[in-house]
Amino acid sequence: MIENRPWLTFASHATLLIGIALVALPVWMALVASTHPASAFGVGHIPLWFGDAGAETWGTVLFEKAGNGVDTPVWFMMLNSLIMALGITFGKIAISLLSAYAIVFFRFPFRNLCFWIIFMTLMLPVEVRIVPTYEVVANLDLLNSYTGLTLPLIASATATFLFRQCFLSVPGELVEAARMDGAGPWRFFFDILLPLSRTNIAALFVILFIYGWNQYLWPLLITTDDAYYTLVMSIKRMLSVTDGDIAWNQIMATTLLAMLPPVAVVIGMQKLFVKGLVDSEK
Amino acid sequence: MTVTFPQKVLPWLLLLPQLLVTAIFFLWPAEQALEQAFYQEDAFGLSREFIGLENFADLFTDPLYYQSMLTTLVFSFSVAIVGMSLALLLAVMADRIIRGKLAYQTLLIWPYAVAPALAGVLWWILFDPSMGPIALWLKAAGVNWNHYLDGNQAMILVVIASTWKQISYNFLFFLAGLQAVPRSLIEAAAIDGASPFKRFWTIVFPLLSPTTFFLLVVNLVYAFFETFGVIDATTKGGPGQSTTTLVYKVFDDGFVGLDLGGSAAQSVVLMAIVGLMTVIQFRFIERKVQYS
Repeated sequence: MIENRPWLTFASHATLLIGIALVALPVWMALVASTHPASAFGVGHIPLWFGDAGAETWGTVLFEKAGNGVDTPVWFMMLNSLIMALGITFGKIAISLLSAYAIVFFRFPFRNLCFWIIFMTLMLPVEVRIVPTYEVVANLDLLNSYTGLTLPLIASATATFLFRQCFLSVPGELVEAARMDGAGPWRFFFDILLPLSRTNIAALFVILFIYGWNQYLWPLLITTDDAYYTLVMSIKRMLSVTDGDIAWNQIMATTLLAMLPPVAVVIGMQKLFVKGLVDSEK
Repeated sequence: MTVTFPQKVLPWLLLLPQLLVTAIFFLWPAEQALEQAFYQEDAFGLSREFIGLENFADLFTDPLYYQSMLTTLVFSFSVAIVGMSLALLLAVMADRIIRGKLAYQTLLIWPYAVAPALAGVLWWILFDPSMGPIALWLKAAGVNWNHYLDGNQAMILVVIASTWKQISYNFLFFLAGLQAVPRSLIEAAAIDGASPFKRFWTIVFPLLSPTTFFLLVVNLVYAFFETFGVIDATTKGGPGQSTTTLVYKVFDDGFVGLDLGGSAAQSVVLMAIVGLMTVIQFRFIERKVQYS
């Protein structure tokens, strides 16, 4: 505090509160909309306060079917989303840990070349090479499968860089001491390196989980069988029915359920989330 | 120099999973896109013909492509500038206060976790021309809001939805940047009689410039590549071509229009753009900006 200016402090709080209200506005509206029957939505009319059909709508989308042409219940798609998100997260962390370990703690020919090949993945986001990637996955017969949902997304330059930075800060004496005590590379990796990188792994886990859960275009393209629908992409299928027939209450309930897990992760693990965000941009 | 292990085969085994995934799902498709860009394929994928640079020639003589470039620029800079301005305002306010900072932060950062497509749907219902409350207020105020028909309004809608998601990110980095500004400088200026407003513009804002530049690049990259879901869920690139960004066009021409050669040529152009942006981002980050 530099000086006491009560008016300015008041203005700061007011601005922040307005900001928070604006940020929360669409979620508030969605919550209200999900508590009304589908018939409450019509021309020139949208309910602005809670109705009494909330329990029914939420129960239907969660346990029976999401509606609007999607016959799968939300809990089932949540399970698919969870499998995809965790598959991507663990996959990325595992292969990045291993490759960063190889690059930092071993000397071998073409080491730099390998590093650059991994680096190139940064320049090729899925959205950019979408058609040929789809063809490759179709050729490998991975459409409509969990492998197809996760495997093509798990190469990660960001995670490899992060672990490389983290490993480079491990003092050489530690490696020497471990080697002198007769620890081989695996022992060193599991007993020393992994415990040292625990916080980094956890922070990255939060970021990658959000990334995995929120995948949209990729699952949309490669899943045509509703047994593999993920929750976020199902919204698109729900919106594809003709305009007048959209049951907004079900769409809003599904939308809220789809954003709940990653939002809960951000709020519940805020410290790790902020660390992961800052780390993964370095 | 780190102490290393002597094994020669093990590192290759360690690298193998990452290299395999990269080769199969990144390099191979990229190579296919490169190759496809020089061929014309019939709609059933049965035969194709080498046509050299014709796909690129078509692309760069197509007024729709230039329009899409312009759309992308307008969209990206709007998202970056609106999002960063609002986030800076909120971060400056949050930096000033002492009590409840963490609570404010929590309540502001959660939209980061919302998928772009869901952000699009949430704002769509607010702006739906026939029943959205904001659209109805606008109508009452004399603005004829209909983003199904009006290209500019459709653009405003996707900018709002994309910005909403990104404010949290900008806020966190600005707040970290503000907390790194040395207190002594501000105190000295305060003693010299500079008002809070003047202190911000002459001391704090210039010191924030590395953060600002970093965020500008990150926001542009975000608007370029990660807003596909927002556009696809709300406007599908329309009305007309008014919200068709370059990334959306690759998808639209490839999967909806089935023009594989044209889509591949666009992929190649985009890869060049991403490459360039990645290099800028990395050169900049090499300079070691302080975040915390």
